[in-house]
Amino acid sequence: MFDLYRSQRAMRAMRQTAMQRGHVAILDVGTSKIACLVLAVDGATPPGDGVGHRAGQSSVRIVGAAVTRSRGMRFGEIEAMHETERAIRTVVQGAQKAAQVRVDHVIAAISGGGPRSYGLAGEVELDGDAVEEQDVARVLAACDVPDLGDGREVVHAQPVNFALDHRSGMNDPRGQVGDRLACDMHMLTVESHVVQNLIHCIKRCDLELAGLASTAYASGLASLVEDEQELGAACIDMGGGATGISVFWRKHLIYADAVAMGGDQITGDIAKGLQIPLATAERLKTLHGGAVSTSMDDRETIELGGDSGDWERDRRTVSRAELIGIMRPRIEEILEEVRERLDAAGFEALPSQQIVLTGGGSQIPGLDTLAPPFFGQQVRVGRPLRVPGLPEKATGAAFSSAVGLCLFAASPQDEWWDFEIPAATYPARSLRRALRWFRENW
Amino acid sequence: MRPLTPFRRPGPRTRSDPAPSRLAYRMQRLALTPSVRRGFTLGMPAFAVAVIGALALASPERRAGLVAHAAAMQEAVRSRKEFLVHEMRIAGASDGVGAEIAARLDVEMPVSSFDLDLADLRARVLALDAVERADLRVRPGGVLDIDVVERVPALLWRRADGLTALDRAGKPVGAVAARADRADLPVISGRGADRAAGEALALVAAAAPLDARLRGLVRIGERRWDMILSDGQKIKLPQDDAVDALERVLEVDRARDLFARHVVLVDMRLPRRPTVRLHPDTARDLRQVKLTGLGDD
Repeated sequence: MFDLYRSQRAMRAMRQTAMQRGHVAILDVGTSKIACLVLAVDGATPPGDGVGHRAGQSSVRIVGAAVTRSRGMRFGEIEAMHETERAIRTVVQGAQKAAQVRVDHVIAAISGGGPRSYGLAGEVELDGDAVEEQDVARVLAACDVPDLGDGREVVHAQPVNFALDHRSGMNDPRGQVGDRLACDMHMLTVESHVVQNLIHCIKRCDLELAGLASTAYASGLASLVEDEQELGAACIDMGGGATGISVFWRKHLIYADAVAMGGDQITGDIAKGLQIPLATAERLKTLHGGAVSTSMDDRETIELGGDSGDWERDRRTVSRAELIGIMRPRIEEILEEVRERLDAAGFEALPSQQIVLTGGGSQIPGLDTLAPPFFGQQVRVGRPLRVPGLPEKATGAAFSSAVGLCLFAASPQDEWWDFEIPAATYPARSLRRALRWFRENW
Repeated sequence: MRPLTPFRRPGPRTRSDPAPSRLAYRMQRLALTPSVRRGFTLGMPAFAVAVIGALALASPERRAGLVAHAAAMQEAVRSRKEFLVHEMRIAGASDGVGAEIAARLDVEMPVSSFDLDLADLRARVLALDAVERADLRVRPGGVLDIDVVERVPALLWRRADGLTALDRAGKPVGAVAARADRADLPVISGRGADRAAGEALALVAAAAPLDARLRGLVRIGERRWDMILSDGQKIKLPQDDAVDALERVLEVDRARDLFARHVVLVDMRLPRRPTVRLHPDTARDLRQVKLTGLGDD
């Protein structure tokens, strides 16, 4: 666990440095687009009566934004490093130019890599005194980590729940008296090679990684409102190459997963079904696509413009109903897969089962009609929160993970490595152990 | 794997890749670095100006020319007729003192008012004994006005090397050749007499009833006064309240005609025990009379 502590703490220290310097970049490397937002951190309270800090996003401002088509990505993972690096250079340069500042630190999101969620539980005996920070550290250290498997890296490890004796559901047990302290922790791992590739790409752009978050988690932060996070909700981020699932309860992420299917698969289906190039299929999908067809759609014909080189002969047309007929099974497949993941995670046990669809895929017309058979009636299509300075073009559902990263940068959740390392795990002759002993006894 | 050799599409070259090259990317980041930006917007122009200036000033004749030009410009401003002083007017001084002031200042007219150091001139005027106060100013029209207030002689101070006139504050005004030149002024003498000039004047004023018989005052031990009258009569006055003591003596004189008698000395140094000394002959005569009246034994 020491490696984890060290690397994550180094990343957190980098984030602190970036915040002090005043500028940090958000990099959302997705399969269909790459977005870069430059945040200016001023920490100033917004003027006006009754205007609070909101979810912490008022302490940051977006001063530059750029978005470009993603290249070299598949299923949320880097496939061609050089292409991705060039795409990252393009957005970073654009965002820097818009912001007129140079950014050195980047907070990135990772959507692929086969995320796996683990629920950990730990328990320690207290000596009957009030719970102190050391006890919290001890109980976190007492969580038994399952075998993560080879080549897995921990992205998030957040304490979700504390229990003191028979009382459960505490956010902060410090200062309370009890005999037995237990905690539940949520841990999210991804394949480390995927992370390393991303870090390598960012390094090659002369940037430093100051934070790493799961795309599903970031989307949930941005598109779930506070009550939904409190009562239990799932955010489904329908991206280009992967569909992220994050379940929130009592304002904590308790489950995250990803389905390696997304808008690109729909585009591929269209291209195969209609025998047209992928670019044309993408255009058809975004302009004429839908999830539910009506009788009106039979009469609406779309020129394919096959671009097959035979302009005189290749004047095929297709009705919108046909297009929807191609798209719908794939959408249903994705939703079904998501439903299975949610069932496996025990989503139905939550008190409220709100489903929020977001991401670029959620903009398919008719999705809100298609989704209820899978998820029940509590389905809505969500757009991200507003962050000061967010450009109009980045307010859509496709940017919810980027906006979520802004919130993550502004007020990150306490993670395992933010707590003190329990004294007992220091080496016996360590100088820090001696220092801690001095600090506690004088 | 994608082909390593770039594929060139025939026809007009279109830039298919929007990505900046690594060099362009790095250069943009460098340009956005705050220190580089500042260096470019402030440092470079400043450096350019400094280099141009240094190159221009490198040749000695150009530097000398610049200095000469600056000096000529300064001189042109100095010697404008608006700044010239043509005349010196001394007001409030008697002829002798005025001539002496003019001689001492020794200013060659016309002169630029920038070259006149009024504070120094004033100090030189004030260095004259006869001048109590001096105001100097350059009036528009090129006139140097010197307003002088002369000291008024109030006393003559006799010393081994001659007579000196003193004003009311005891400051020397000038030498006086003979007592007869200023017969109207009382005479004082003795070391430190000038420092007690005020008291001396008060005593002289109080001694007005004696008028013509007052010869002068002598400062004894820098402490107290002796008043000398004609016929060798003398009043020794105390250190404190000398005027009171003198008035008491004068009162006795008025009532009993003291100084008309053969008195040589009235000693008031101990105010509670005034002593009168008779002329020795008179004293002997008086004793003789008493002896005669009382008998020898």
